[in-house]
Amino acid sequence: MADGDPRHARTNTASRPALALFAVYVLLYGGFMALVLFRPDLLSLQPFGGVNLAILYGMGLIGSAFVLAAASMWLRVDG
Amino acid sequence: MIHQTSPMAVAIFASFVLGVLALSFWLGRRGQSASGYYAAHGQIHWFVNGIAFAGDYLSAASFLGICGMIAFSGYDGFLYSIGFLAGWIVALFVIAEPIKSLGKFTFADALDSRFNSRGIKLAAAISTLVVSVFYLIPQMVGAGSLIQPLLGLPHEAGVILVGVTVTLIVVTAGMVSTTWVQFIKGSLLVLFCGVLTLLILGRGLAVNAGRDGLEDLAPQLLTVRPDGTRLVDRQPQSRDHDLRPVGTIVRLPERFGAARETGPLGPVAYLAALEDSTIVTWEAAKRTDAEGTHTTYTPTERRGADLLKPGVFFKGLSTSRLGDRLDFASLMLALFCGTASLPHILIRYYTVKDAYAARKSTVVGIAAIGVFYILTLYLGLGAMTSGALDPTDTNMAAPLLAKSFSNTLFAVISAIAFTTVLGTVSGLIMAGSGAVAHDLVENVFGMHMTDHEKIRCGKLAAVGLGIVAMALGIVFRRFNVSFLVGWAFNIAASANLPALVMLLFWPRTTRQGIIAAVTIGMVASLGWILFSADTFEKVYGLARDRSPMPFSQPGLVTIPLGFLVLVVVSLLTPPSAPPRR
Repeated sequence: MADGDPRHARTNTASRPALALFAVYVLLYGGFMALVLFRPDLLSLQPFGGVNLAILYGMGLIGSAFVLAAASMWLRVDG
Repeated sequence: MIHQTSPMAVAIFASFVLGVLALSFWLGRRGQSASGYYAAHGQIHWFVNGIAFAGDYLSAASFLGICGMIAFSGYDGFLYSIGFLAGWIVALFVIAEPIKSLGKFTFADALDSRFNSRGIKLAAAISTLVVSVFYLIPQMVGAGSLIQPLLGLPHEAGVILVGVTVTLIVVTAGMVSTTWVQFIKGSLLVLFCGVLTLLILGRGLAVNAGRDGLEDLAPQLLTVRPDGTRLVDRQPQSRDHDLRPVGTIVRLPERFGAARETGPLGPVAYLAALEDSTIVTWEAAKRTDAEGTHTTYTPTERRGADLLKPGVFFKGLSTSRLGDRLDFASLMLALFCGTASLPHILIRYYTVKDAYAARKSTVVGIAAIGVFYILTLYLGLGAMTSGALDPTDTNMAAPLLAKSFSNTLFAVISAIAFTTVLGTVSGLIMAGSGAVAHDLVENVFGMHMTDHEKIRCGKLAAVGLGIVAMALGIVFRRFNVSFLVGWAFNIAASANLPALVMLLFWPRTTRQGIIAAVTIGMVASLGWILFSADTFEKVYGLARDRSPMPFSQPGLVTIPLGFLVLVVVSLLTPPSAPPRR
């Protein structure tokens, strides 16, 4: 869709799907913070490939930011 | 440590700086309007703007600071990467489109879109200046750190070189040249960090990398006398008698048998092998007496598994002290909330033509920034085990890692790091320049200016900010740059985010509520930082326990305080304007 499409011309507040995706990320980030603060022992577990949960969860948070960002584009276009 | 300079490094560095300046002068050769100077006419393509977001955001703190912190403290540096990226989710889903629709040139334009209030413009302009100045400090410190090994010039020369170059970039073509410098810098940074990561994986892990014999694990002592002369282990420092470079593996995992090298490793195998290795990291302890300041660097053998989980830098995470945990939680909250409140990031939304382009450019920015932050983990760990670290300067980890491969790569990476500083500082000076000229002079003081006068006023403000930035970069030279950026995020999140979010989502928000939230959020977070234990220790040289604050990072208290103040004041004052819908 081209820039300047009238459907996207002016938006003064965030859309509902965007806020739902934001809530998903807040839960993921909150879960990570809870582990670091209250159960750091779990972060030493190695669930995959000999790499610990601290690294997997951290990289997962970075990766999920992009996935949610891409999803927001898709939802908006088809929505 | 005394670093040797090479003519090639100087040549590559000079070509980068001259190239950037030539581009700025070329872009600035045409006549300008205020819209062009402050917002690039709103005509930047969304993809270019997205990469420029990365160039604007991936500062010295991200590149030099995080790599250095991972190299010396392991996983804790990666926590900054996670927090810095998470903030973009707030920017994308909550702020991006509305801010584009509400504003014109500056953050104050958006906040004031419903009210036409001089009070809001004044509060927002001051907040922009305070946040920009706090963010400028670590960028300038990073510049000073780089220039020493690259050109053999003192820290002050690096700071002045950046200050002068950036001021020239901004005054030649404003937001247009700033955008293109940031685009080039963002592209080069991600590309060459990728190259460096491939080299790290190709080299794999090795016992005592970078040296022929065994790692010398004797502590090292650096004394700096009051007259500035430096002693290493009680002897005058020279190229022949200097501190030893540090950062090595002393044992590889058992599965590699008697081998002293792993050979090339994949990205997962690299992390797994490091987790089961034993690594030597170095910590500094400082004391001062009549002879001068003595810093002892002491080695510690650590299991890789301990370095790859939180708790080495954020020591409070492994203790039961509540204040330490709250300090960490407060920092991570500030990183999450701060990105979308940084004025130099917000003004980039005005350089694209509409709200949809603003969102697309944010997605591109998240992709570039996310890839970079994943690479920082490998760069930091690669530096940690390279045997090339300077124990006196955590900020030099990434360039010295590059030097462990080749002098050419060192020169290129240092030049890119320098360009990194240029890109971010130019964005910050643009934001500050807009706050002074557009918000304060024109809107608050009511000085009506022609288009030409607006540009001249912005350029004068840019020169003034450049001078302030240089002075601060020299004063704060000993700080880790990531640590300093944490302060800027705290102030931005406390002063700006509550007002922005409530303006967008709560129709009952009043003019007085916004002014109070910005002012109290800014004053409270700034005051908290100035009275914190970290500032007592590292700025005033006082004992930590003399600080009245329970923890150093203010966000956990001052961000909710900003929301609370806004709600209470808004409810106590009459609605300033009809609700938007």
